[in-house]
Formats: sequence, structure tokens, C-alpha cells
Amino acid sequence: MRLTPKSATLLILVALIALAPVFFPSGFYYRVGALVFVNALAVTGIVILTGWAGQISLGHAGFAGIGAYACALAPVHWGIHPALSVLLGAAASAVLAWLVGRPILRLKGYYLAVASLGMGILISMVLNNERALTRGPDGIGVPELGLRAVLKDAGLGLSNGQFWYFLCGIALVVGAWAALNLRDSATGRALRALHGSEVAARTVGMDVARLKLQAFVISAVYASVSGSLLALQNRFITPDVAGFLHSVEMVTMAVLGGVGSVAGGIFGAAVLTLLPQVLTVLAEYEQLVLGAVMVLVMIFLREGIVPSMLRKGRRREE
Amino acid sequence: MTLLSIEGLGICFGGIKAVHDVSFAASPGEVVSVIGPNGAGKTTLFNMISGVYRPGSGRVVLNGEDVTAMSPHLLARRGMCRTFQNLQVFQTMTVLENVIAGFHLQESGDVLSDLLNLPAARRRAKDAEAGARELLRRLGLERAAEREAGSLSYGSLKRLEIARAMALKPKVLLLDEPAAGCNAVETEEIDHLIAEIAASGVAVLLVEHDMKLVMRISSHIVVLDHGEKVAEGDPATVSRNPAVIAAYLGADDAAR
Repeated sequence: MRLTPKSATLLILVALIALAPVFFPSGFYYRVGALVFVNALAVTGIVILTGWAGQISLGHAGFAGIGAYACALAPVHWGIHPALSVLLGAAASAVLAWLVGRPILRLKGYYLAVASLGMGILISMVLNNERALTRGPDGIGVPELGLRAVLKDAGLGLSNGQFWYFLCGIALVVGAWAALNLRDSATGRALRALHGSEVAARTVGMDVARLKLQAFVISAVYASVSGSLLALQNRFITPDVAGFLHSVEMVTMAVLGGVGSVAGGIFGAAVLTLLPQVLTVLAEYEQLVLGAVMVLVMIFLREGIVPSMLRKGRRREE
Repeated sequence: MTLLSIEGLGICFGGIKAVHDVSFAASPGEVVSVIGPNGAGKTTLFNMISGVYRPGSGRVVLNGEDVTAMSPHLLARRGMCRTFQNLQVFQTMTVLENVIAGFHLQESGDVLSDLLNLPAARRRAKDAEAGARELLRRLGLERAAEREAGSLSYGSLKRLEIARAMALKPKVLLLDEPAAGCNAVETEEIDHLIAEIAASGVAVLLVEHDMKLVMRISSHIVVLDHGEKVAEGDPATVSRNPAVIAAYLGADDAAR
């Protein structure tokens, strides 16, 4: 049986997540792995929004901030379980994305980028300045999720690093699965169509404004869940999670790996999360090499690493 | 029975009357062609009818309903679809996906079932794909189904655009220069295709420069010059009309 690209992507992803720990020299690598998965989850949302629907956002870290602070605040102030706080954060991000998206998605290209940037900055400012609630720039503690203890009682004892590695890994697989489902569905096809030609998309009956809004809301939920997972595993969060740099990081990861493909986005997240760890041996030249890698990839592999490589492979087959 | 009627449609761009007071009507099964020299306002007229431009004056009535300046996606729901003079194909999608996109109104459901790949979403996608493959076969594009649309020849892209429009099962189909840039064989194919579509009860509106094609398949011709309707009638009447000859050859030649 020939695998569809969707099953192949998911199978490789599951295999990598399951087998990678075999090669981990120390427990620290579980933590790096979990960080890769959390970033990849947010980037998968960017793939949907930017890669398929062609809409650029430079403010998606704002939604990660909402997801993160929901887990920090809701359990303390309203006694909501941290796991439910993840859903609460996702719902809040979805509602905000819907409200903000309606006016700003009328804008195109860099106008949209700047408007979304403004939205991200506003969220980040609220988190920085509402000290009474968020404790400002110094950050705030996040309650324990409590699931690890439940698993331990059930006879599945995992270290903290292992637990978060596998939980974030599962979250990523589910996120990638949903995104791949979307890609070949009516909605996903319509998103890619409006990216190709908005006027043609309209003439075949696609409600372009509504579709863009759907993509914006879905990607906001991805970012929000990613922020929640980050907060819960670090047990501490600062407003930097909602900052401009984090937004740019998401977009950069997506574009580097290949913004048009889920596998590409995940690969980009892995590269840009791991590379700085590897490059620490270069000390002060770390940033220089990182920048050079990004420039070279954009020059020689314009569609991003994964799609460009696949295309080359296919051409060789023919 | 009139399906589409255009009543006194006009638009100005920066004080210049691009189209002024144009009226005509189309019935099911008819091929109504709009002809005229370059810059006569044919595509502008199409853009107003199909909701891309908001007309400055006049009305568009579809099936008894005033649809003037209605958004194209709402017009599509009411059975109007069009193709474009400057191809508007979804370049990075496959040929098959392009045609499936034409089934959007039948195929689309709620986003959640798309995200979770629920059976309902799978069924909808499967039906749309079957319909799209059938259309590709009819248009002789089935062998290119899995290719990226951007890699197709110009003539094939023209047919692909028509296939996508046909997927909507429109009552009114606007074709903007479907044969432009096509060779003689391709033009003849498109000729047959248009006749076939009209015979199935669709009102076809056609903008086309290939006069042989227009004269052969039109049931009614509307002639525009400088944004105004200068003549209309069946092909034989129009081709003898002095105003038409003047518009095409220049007034001096006609007078001589």
C-alpha cells in the first residue's frame, strides 16, 4: 500500500518523537525536545495562516501570551484546574482573534503585518503593565498541572523532563494531524485557493473574508495552546512570551522550514530551536552563524528547507 | 424567458465614462456576445455584472432579483460564474484541486469536521473529487489531473478555468476571451464546448475577439464602442450594421 503524504508525515513524526530519546545522552535533552514541540505547535498554526491562506501575522505571540497567562492566572484567581485553563486560554484567544481579525484581515500584505504587530504589542503591554494581575515584567509562577502525579499513581513513573517531552509530543502530533486534515478539506483548499487568487476564489463562491477569519482564529488557538504548554512546563512565565521577538521567531521558523507545509514548519521549529544549542560551542559567533544559515537557506531554498528538498528529490526521480 | 437583464449599466473612472448606459438581456440556452474594439469597455462591463466593480448607475437583474454590486461569492450562490481574460487559476494547486475548488459551495461544511476529518467531511470531499474528475475528462484534461496548474500550457489553462466554472453548474456563465491566445485547434474545441454548455440551458455571456468564433456561435451580439452600445442583434444583422463597421475599421474607412 502506498502511503498518502499525510500518513507519511504523521508516521515519520511519531517515529521521530518515540525514537529520539534512545539517543539522548542526558535528561536535559528531553527538555530541549519539549521546547521543539511547543514551538512547532505554534508554527503549525502559522503554516495554516501564512502558508495556506497567505495572511501574514507578526503578533501571534500575543495569543501565546494569552494561553500562558491563562494557565498562570485562572487556577489562582478562579480555582480553575490548569488543564481546563489551557482550554479557557484557547477560547479567549479564539474570541480575541475573531474580534481583531474582522477589521484587520481586510488589510493586505504588509498593512496586515503591521496591524497584527500592533495587536501583539498591545497584548504584551497589558501583560507588562497590569502588575496587580500579572506581576509585570518580572513574571509569575504557574501552578503544577498535576497529571504526572496521576500517571505515577497509575504505575507510569516518568521524570519531569520525560513527562513534558511526551505530553508536548502528543500535542504536536494531534496539532499536525488536524492541520493535515484541514489541508485537503474543503476549507483548506479554499484557503490555498484564496492565496492563489482572491478574485477567482470569490467567483467560485468562496466567502473570502470568512475563510481568512477562520484561518486566523485556528492559528490563534495553536499559538495559545503552545503558550499554555510552555507556561505549564516551565512553571513560570514572563511577558516575553507575548513579545515581538517571539512573534518573529514563529514566522521565521515557518518560513525557514517551509511555510507551505506542516512538515516544513515543524522542521523549521526544530532547526531554530536546536541550532542555538549546538552553536553555543562557537560562543560569540553563534548569532553570526545563525544569521548566515538563515540567509543562505532563503537564497538557495526559497520555498523553505523541506519543500525545496522534496522538489529536488522528485526531480531526481524523474 | 429572460434570466439575466442588464439595465442602463454605467461606470466612471476619474470622470471618464468607461461604460455608459448599456442594456441587454440573456435567456437560458443563449450565447450573447459582447464585442467591440480594444478599450471599448467589454471587460469593465463584465466586472460590473459579476460584482467585481460597483456600477455607478443601472441595475443587474438575475432571475428577477436585483443583484447589482452583489459580492461575487453571493452571485455564485445564485448561479452566476465567470472566467477571466488574464487567467485567474490557482497556480500552486493541482489541476484536480483547481476544479474541486469549483465545487466549494456543494463541498464546504463546518470547519470543525474538516479539522477532525469526520466522515461527513470525507464524504463531501470524495463527492467533489468524483465530480471534478468527470469534468476533467469532459474537457480532456484528465491526464494532467495531478500536475501543478502553473505547469500547464496556455490553452489548457483556459479550459481549466472553464472546467472550474462549470463545476458550479451555473445558470449564467460569463466567459472573458476564452479563446484568446489559443491556436486554431484549441479555439475549435472551445467553440464546441461553449455550444455544448449553452445547449444544456446555460445563458452564456461571451467577450471574444475572434470574430469567426463569435459569428458562428452567438445567438445575439451586443456591440460596444467607447463604452456605449452602438448596435445589437443577431450575427447577420450586426455584421451589416454601418456603426459596427465604423467602430471596427474607423469612421473614415466606413465613409469612403
